[in-house]
Amino acid sequence: MPPPVISVEGLGKRYTLSHQKRQDTLRDSLTQGVRALFTGIRGGARDDKEDFWALRDVSFEINQGDVVGIIGRNGAGKSTLLKILSRITEPTTGRAVIRGRVASLLEVGTGFHPELSGRENIFLNGAILGMSREEIARKFDEIVAFAEVERFLDTQVKHYSSGMYVRLAFAVAAHLEPEILIVDEVLAVGDIAFQKKCLGKIRSVSSQEGRTVLIVSHNLSQIATLADRGILLDKGRLVTDGEISQVTQEYFGRNQSATSEFVAQTSPDRPHLHRVKIITSEPGNIQAYGKALTLEFELHHPEPVPEAFFSFQTLNANAQPVAHLWLGSTTQPFAFQPGTTLLRCEIPFVRMNVGLYNLRAFFSGPPGSPFFEVTEPPLAFEVVRLDPPTVFGWRSEACAYYEEAAWQIRNPSAP
Amino acid sequence: MAPPNTPELILEAGRSSRHYWGDLWRYRELLGFLAWRDIKVRYKQTVLGVLWALIQPAVTLAVFSFIFGKLAGMPSGSVPYPLMVLAGLLPWQLFSAAFSNASGSLVSNTHLISKVYFPRLIVPLSSVAVALIDFCIVLVLLAALCLWWQFIPDWRILFLPLFVVLTLVTAIGTGLWLTALTVKYRDFRFVVPFLLQVGLFLSPVGFSTTNLPTWRQLYSLNPMVGAIDGFRWCVLRGEPALDPLNLGISVVMSALLLFTGLWYFRRMERGFADII
Repeated sequence: MPPPVISVEGLGKRYTLSHQKRQDTLRDSLTQGVRALFTGIRGGARDDKEDFWALRDVSFEINQGDVVGIIGRNGAGKSTLLKILSRITEPTTGRAVIRGRVASLLEVGTGFHPELSGRENIFLNGAILGMSREEIARKFDEIVAFAEVERFLDTQVKHYSSGMYVRLAFAVAAHLEPEILIVDEVLAVGDIAFQKKCLGKIRSVSSQEGRTVLIVSHNLSQIATLADRGILLDKGRLVTDGEISQVTQEYFGRNQSATSEFVAQTSPDRPHLHRVKIITSEPGNIQAYGKALTLEFELHHPEPVPEAFFSFQTLNANAQPVAHLWLGSTTQPFAFQPGTTLLRCEIPFVRMNVGLYNLRAFFSGPPGSPFFEVTEPPLAFEVVRLDPPTVFGWRSEACAYYEEAAWQIRNPSAP
Repeated sequence: MAPPNTPELILEAGRSSRHYWGDLWRYRELLGFLAWRDIKVRYKQTVLGVLWALIQPAVTLAVFSFIFGKLAGMPSGSVPYPLMVLAGLLPWQLFSAAFSNASGSLVSNTHLISKVYFPRLIVPLSSVAVALIDFCIVLVLLAALCLWWQFIPDWRILFLPLFVVLTLVTAIGTGLWLTALTVKYRDFRFVVPFLLQVGLFLSPVGFSTTNLPTWRQLYSLNPMVGAIDGFRWCVLRGEPALDPLNLGISVVMSALLLFTGLWYFRRMERGFADII
């Protein structure tokens, strides 16, 4: 048994948050220093600071060829973990031992320069990701073909559409040949077809070439299909480490006990989904089959959105989409004025099978344009059947949803 | 398959990589690419393009020649005054460009530092390359002026690269200090132009050090004094004569700046991604 390619022991990362008095300028440092001199004790001048553990006491081992999904809510410490393993930042406590060449893809198109052409950026980005000039030259044609940008190779990247940009950036990264590939939330961009292609590429990297992959994504169905193992983080700590389906179930289960309202922590300038509320028929995020379920969405859009589209899916515990509901401005105009749009969606008769569900929401412009946002708010609800069960019981794996039907019974052999 | 001889990398608090200098060597191509990127985009969407590298020193030269040469009547020995100024301006401009590029380099590459690993030293080092290109262009201006005054340098010109290195070492040493400080304290962004302005007058650009009667050793604590004197010595056929003690002081100061700069940079480097 070869040693694990990654072993992590008691890894922790502490950030110091300073409140009110920022220490980022020299003057602050000087005045703090002077004050410390006068007070003479360390505690006096520093009481406006607070320690925050982004990651705390995390230990695990990863073997060669494993594809590991790292799951957790915003702020659970996923990105911090990847940053430590990519050597961008160092841990505060504990240690990680890595055996093999690491390539990390924490952002698509890191180091792309808008003034340079596509061809030039392939070389620049490749070098930044750790490829040699010779290696890039060897794979150049493959990268261009994968990105489907042959015609625009000598065009400055600033004239690219955002889709082309993402395709080119991902294509470079996909042709890295590290022993360990670390990917953070980068597949949430681009159109669906290209996302599929990227997923296929990652899959072949791990299954055919025996590489180790660590992937973070909010898109649990992506993780569920890619990874065979999952690590669930919550508030910086490792909660579960095991088979992926078990870990995603655990994730849903944990979220279920949480509030049924989600408010985005940040408010970016682009159009985004700011708040989601699920109103179930029963208390405790329980939705009864056959009763009404209401969902409320608050969209923020600083600019008017011509031809806005909003949709959401309900995903079952295996992260498979079960229902898809949408609203398009072509039929019901919305978001045509800057500001906030409230959408309320009432499903009068819930037909989904029993089980845990969460949501994935899509907010976009007209077809062909990139998504403003594809997000899975950490909200869950459980569908139950309150009507008397069949003798076999209500089983979540039986089906995706119940079709209404009328049965007729005839018995031709009867006299 | 991971080869059996895969190096084992240990990440721990306060542990600096044993392979740092090896890594730096492995990433040398990235250094080249970043330099190439900076050079490539420098004159994009400009009408005059690379001419800008010439305009600035030419105008400075004209102003200096007029004010110091004509109005103040600064002596320049047997050498035409503008030539003497240009021979001093050349290393100064190299220093000033290399130093200010290096000082701003980390902050202007924030997106790289927070998303990818590579030895951070590559960033300030590559930013110096642009200054070298501009320097080479101004060398052409010098050659043209030499022809104009029928002033042909002798064998001493062969030593010019040594003083280019001295200038670069000084620029990198100070640049490493400033760029690492700027990551934490953005105040230093305002310090850089100020330092350069003061430095121009504290360095013998508009005059020759032979005009200084006393305090030559103290003056040589400014490493650019040695570099500029050396340049003049190379280009202007040994005028002013090089004083080994003064040159030695400048070289030692420059080396000291480089080593302390490296030390400080390496010490701060591990935290760059957290505070940038």
